[in-house]
Amino acid sequence: MSRITMREAISQALMEEMDRDPSVFILGEEVGVWGGTYAVTKGFYDRYGADRVKDTPIAENAIIGAAIGAAMVGQRPVAELMTINFAFSAMDYIVNQAPKLRYMFGGQFSVPMVIRAVGGGGRQLGATHSQTPDAIFAHFPGLKVVSPGTPEDAKGLLKSAIRSDDPVLFIEHATMYQVRGEVPEQEYLVPIGVSKVQRPGRDVTVVTYCKGLELSMKAADELAAQGIEAEVVDLRTLRPLDMGPVLESFRKTNRAVVVEEGWKSYGVGSEVASRIYEEAFDYVDAPVRRVAQKEVPLPYNRSLEQAALPQVPDIVAAVKEVLA
Amino acid sequence: MAETIIMPKLGFDMAEGTLVRWVRAEGEQVQKGEVLAEIETDKATVEVESSASGTVLRTLADQGDVVPVSTPIAIIGEPGEQVDEPTAPAAAGEEGAAQPATPPAEAREAASRPARAEGGAPEAGFIKASPLARRIARERQVDLGAVEGTGPGGRIVRRDIEAALSGERELKPTAAPKPRLEAQPSDERLPLTRLRQAIGRRMVEAKQQVPHFYVTREVRMGALMEMRARANAALPEGEKLSVNDFLVKAVALALREFPNLNASLDGEQVLRHGSVNVGNAVAVEGGLLTVVCRDADRKPLRQISREVRAMAERVRSGKVRPEDIEGSTFSISNLGMFEVEDFIAIINPPEAAILAVGSALEVPVVEDGEVRPGWRMKATISVDHRISDGAEAARFMQSLAGYLEEPVRLML
Repeated sequence: MSRITMREAISQALMEEMDRDPSVFILGEEVGVWGGTYAVTKGFYDRYGADRVKDTPIAENAIIGAAIGAAMVGQRPVAELMTINFAFSAMDYIVNQAPKLRYMFGGQFSVPMVIRAVGGGGRQLGATHSQTPDAIFAHFPGLKVVSPGTPEDAKGLLKSAIRSDDPVLFIEHATMYQVRGEVPEQEYLVPIGVSKVQRPGRDVTVVTYCKGLELSMKAADELAAQGIEAEVVDLRTLRPLDMGPVLESFRKTNRAVVVEEGWKSYGVGSEVASRIYEEAFDYVDAPVRRVAQKEVPLPYNRSLEQAALPQVPDIVAAVKEVLA
Repeated sequence: MAETIIMPKLGFDMAEGTLVRWVRAEGEQVQKGEVLAEIETDKATVEVESSASGTVLRTLADQGDVVPVSTPIAIIGEPGEQVDEPTAPAAAGEEGAAQPATPPAEAREAASRPARAEGGAPEAGFIKASPLARRIARERQVDLGAVEGTGPGGRIVRRDIEAALSGERELKPTAAPKPRLEAQPSDERLPLTRLRQAIGRRMVEAKQQVPHFYVTREVRMGALMEMRARANAALPEGEKLSVNDFLVKAVALALREFPNLNASLDGEQVLRHGSVNVGNAVAVEGGLLTVVCRDADRKPLRQISREVRAMAERVRSGKVRPEDIEGSTFSISNLGMFEVEDFIAIINPPEAAILAVGSALEVPVVEDGEVRPGWRMKATISVDHRISDGAEAARFMQSLAGYLEEPVRLML
């Protein structure tokens, strides 16, 4: 095992897949000469050249549209959106074209593409550059939505996403590129659509993903010091949603808290809670609590931004509420 | 100029008091020095005087409210004066602080959700129980109506069903659903009064910390009863001496001979008190208080009688003063009025001992080899074995009996 950052994990996944398969190429804003706004593709331009590392104009609809077209004729593009907030400029392509073409053309085409997008707040980038609209994209059948919380999962999931014949939205987090984690030395894949128990426990089920995983693990440590053992289940994939480990955990603990950075209304927590009630109703000992961002446009001011984002104390408090 | 009246600190360790009654209500006139309200502390109900003259413009506490010391309870001023509500010491911190115009976050709303049951029966037939609790109850044939819920809002949750199953709680098996409103005698729950709680605390402390031992002595009371009758013949109504008055004097004189029993343990030292202050247990509703006769060894019987009577009267009418009940160095508990043969009292910390006195009864006694009627009274002293021991206690009781059996010595 080696200990690497999230950035390195994503970068390694891209490089390994590009080495392995010449049809894999990258396109996006500043991915080539600049090396990527988050330095993920640093060195790629020199290594693979302008054909496989394409700098694009500031035109998200063109980026995604071009990627769809390339995918339909047999390439495996990895399109990058500088932030997921810019996805709205390419919304029609992301949710109307990419996920539906294979279905609407009766299987004549597949769209084996990956969209890498950076989401989340906490860097004072302002309300329009700090959103976590993951749930919106997870709504659409035909689009796979993946969001890892550890370097190991990031590398393995990105490789799986690139090798997948379906369109995959791969959501990274703006404040997690420095997060370090153990990663196997040898080649490995993490399957899309499989949740994982990242921390076993017996008192409460905490369901989360991406940045929420980092916060939930810290909250779990705090709770453990108070005698409460939280089981943290990492979804890793939002669509298709794997409720198996979640329900197995819930049948053991009978109480759950869902932690997400997006807003509570119509969010990931809504889906997870509904499925718990539908599929494990007789195991419910308390209503499911959802920890989420406050229902406001994310402020620019540092203190206000932190106050609006979900934090470790919010998770600890929610756990105590469901245990009451 | 309006003046704010605050909850007074009526004792060294008083932290809060209960507003028992407004003697002067909102809108009434009050003079400085007149009684404004009755306040109940751990020990007693005290009349509190107004520190200002004027009209009671606002009362800030309701009858029955428990108010911390120094909190405003009333405003006195001239009629028609504008008064601002005095700011409560701890303003709602969270809401004001960091978020100007944002709507109240749902997390805060959730945090202030009440955590416990509303108490009374739910709407006809509806029982709050989690799906899990219902399932287990169904599977294990537990009647939800018989289970007490400890979840939020009184919800029955799994642990409640499990507790019921493990027999911790009483349970009716589900034969047919029983109507919830049956006419049958029900239990009554009464909250402990502050006085009862204070007594409880002190008595637990005494029983846990003080190694008690006991010595009982039967006293020949004939001479004392006779002397008392003669004395009372010469005294006006309302000033007659009681057996207890004689006891107080006798105990006080005996304690002068046994200073070790008029003492308190202070760490590694025994503090022998300079004065002999005899405490007398007086029963009140919901508990008892000990009224203190200071320097009882130096007071004539008549003065002891007057003082103890006056203090007992104040205790019973709820007007006791702090000095009435503080400073005791030795206590007497007398159940003589109930035809009690004998009993054992618990020491009032930090005193070294307490004397429990039974009734003076006419019983068969042996004198000169013959059985004849005689007046006897049993007294039991409880002593802290860290300070004294059986021999000393027995000698004290001997000395005490000496005073009681030769009552003329109480006059000298």
